[in-house]
Amino acid sequence: MTLYLRLYWEFFKTGLFAIGGGMATLPFLKDIGATTGWFTQTDLMNMLAVSESTPGPVGINMATYVGYTVAGVPGAIIATIGEVTPSIVVILIVAAMLAKFRDSKVVADAFYGLRPASTGLIGAACAGVLLQVIAGITSASAGESLLMKFSWDGAINWRGIVLALALLFFTRCVKKTKDLHPIVFIGISAVIGVVFRFAGV
Amino acid sequence: MLWELFLTFAKIGVMTFGGGMAMLPILEREIVQNKKWATEEELVDYFAIGQCTPGIIAVNTATFIGQKKKGVLGGIAATLGVVFPSLIIITVLAGLITNFAHLAWVQNAFAGIQVCVCVLILNAVLKLLKKSVVDKRTAVIFALVLLGSMLLSVSPVWFVLLSALSGIVLKALEGREAK
Repeated sequence: MTLYLRLYWEFFKTGLFAIGGGMATLPFLKDIGATTGWFTQTDLMNMLAVSESTPGPVGINMATYVGYTVAGVPGAIIATIGEVTPSIVVILIVAAMLAKFRDSKVVADAFYGLRPASTGLIGAACAGVLLQVIAGITSASAGESLLMKFSWDGAINWRGIVLALALLFFTRCVKKTKDLHPIVFIGISAVIGVVFRFAGV
Repeated sequence: MLWELFLTFAKIGVMTFGGGMAMLPILEREIVQNKKWATEEELVDYFAIGQCTPGIIAVNTATFIGQKKKGVLGGIAATLGVVFPSLIIITVLAGLITNFAHLAWVQNAFAGIQVCVCVLILNAVLKLLKKSVVDKRTAVIFALVLLGSMLLSVSPVWFVLLSALSGIVLKALEGREAK
């Protein structure tokens, strides 16, 4: 019982302090492993690899996987619920406040500035992954420095570039395929990835 | 309605490969186009708030939309929906195959999916641009945040807070000029 409580508490803290999405939970999960001895850093990296390559948001997959590793199926459920509890509470409060101040000019003005910024953040995340996947350029924060550190592994993924261009064409230019459900393109890309050995293995 | 929220978000959870951002194209299709539970603008707002509030963006967005449709219970139903597939898939995989991520076909399939998800997000961003960049000033905010977030190692929280503040200031200055 104490294990379950501890598990809930550790993930509750992660959900409360990790701001900025699933990847932001990673340092907290590292810390959980280090302080409790439930799993090693290598275990965590393996769990991250699985979480990234299975359906479901990475952050949730990670919580489920770590919880399962520590205490089986009940652990998976408890860890995940622990991680989402703070989000639910905070968002319900924010949503209630927004509903109350919906007609306020200040809120409308704030969103006028927020919307392009939010789009910019999504665009930057997308560009970052695209650079990494297609051109082998990785960026990482370098210790205390405010500037990101970029590194290039020298490999250009030509197959990836061709697939990306083909997908852009079919999702934007071809009338017949433009309105297909996104999951159709995801499925086709998975098959193409396997057939043409996209990961090189 | 609660059941419908749960089911819809479970479906969205299954179709998400990657982080919360990967959910965007799916949300656009299922929530904005099919169900019409939210507008494009609301989706951008939820993502903005999701990036500066605690927790996973996918969960924050699900809670928001659920809350809007059916109050507190709706928020909880949508969130349980979005985490449900992960619970099933991960527990089954973890129990059956220990080195799932190292299988060659899984790696290859995922490398293909990654390219696709990027393109889908890019399409979604282009769509959101039309709704969020409405004049020169919003275009400047977009460009600054895009570059800043790519080049600087700063938490997104700062971009969100600063841009909200500049929205208020810009509009206040505009009001003064009009007088």
